Amino acid sequence: MPAIKSLEELKRVREEALAKKQMKAAPGNVQVIVAMGTCGIAAGARDTMKSVLSYIETQNLSGVTVTQTGCIGMCEQEPILQVIFGDQAKVTYGKVNTEVAEQIMRQHVQGGMPLKDHVLPI
Amino acid sequence: MREIALHLLDIAENSVAAESRNIRMDVMEDLHRDRLTVSVVDDGRGMSAETAKQVLNPFYTTRTTRKVGLGIPLLKLAAEQTEGELTLQTEKGKGTRIEAAFKHSHIDRMPLGDIGTTVLTLLVSYPHIHWEFCYQVKHKNGEEKEFALDDSEIKSTLGDVPLTEPDVLRFLRGMIEEEIKSLAPQSVF
Repeated sequence: MPAIKSLEELKRVREEALAKKQMKAAPGNVQVIVAMGTCGIAAGARDTMKSVLSYIETQNLSGVTVTQTGCIGMCEQEPILQVIFGDQAKVTYGKVNTEVAEQIMRQHVQGGMPLKDHVLPI
Repeated sequence: MREIALHLLDIAENSVAAESRNIRMDVMEDLHRDRLTVSVVDDGRGMSAETAKQVLNPFYTTRTTRKVGLGIPLLKLAAEQTEGELTLQTEKGKGTRIEAAFKHSHIDRMPLGDIGTTVLTLLVSYPHIHWEFCYQVKHKNGEEKEFALDDSEIKSTLGDVPLTEPDVLRFLRGMIEEEIKSLAPQSVF
């Protein structure tokens, strides 16, 4: 942390985030999981993650949990991304490049409608 | 892997899998000595001397989903191709330190890549881990610059507000990008 100034700024960011959170409640609990094993990383999982984070940022999407998992045994389908929307079953998507990630964020994470394409049968 | 930053992410994932509580990542560009050194130090479960020997073999892995590991051997190869080396120090129950050194100007050295996204990805995905990052540049003219980030201050300031809140993400990404940009104005990757 370079300067106290940015901590001051972070305090302000925190208060704003809290205020916004109260105003618009998140659509239940949504969890986005990016597979980040060596296979995933080599296939572009970090860019997939970047796309997820930048969607949250640009769309001001509050209440999304972003986490990771390791290799889940389908290396040829990487980058793999999973979405758990509220109490619905986990949906696993394969070959999630940055464009597909954005589509999943818009349609599934924000809109609550799982995509028909890219779904892996597990 | 196309970037050293991706290797760093991969090595840090090992540290997370080893149940580390504290992980430190260092990047040192020494343009004066023509060296680029990166390291990941953790306090995870560590390895026995036997396992430590095996992890340099591409056909060793602890994972059960696939028969090859590749992460560490690939980084070792990338370093050695540039007249550099990989050093692995580990002790069972104590932790692991992995360092890769490259000749900075070597034609076969892969680019450092997007260190900022690697840092942000790790910070956000594993909030239960205490992360420290340090990126230093020693310029040829003797000028030294440093970006150090200890996430404990950030987390104690944020309290119960998660790192994935859009305003917080914007702050973190902006801060990391700005700090990294300020390190190497003359540096060409």
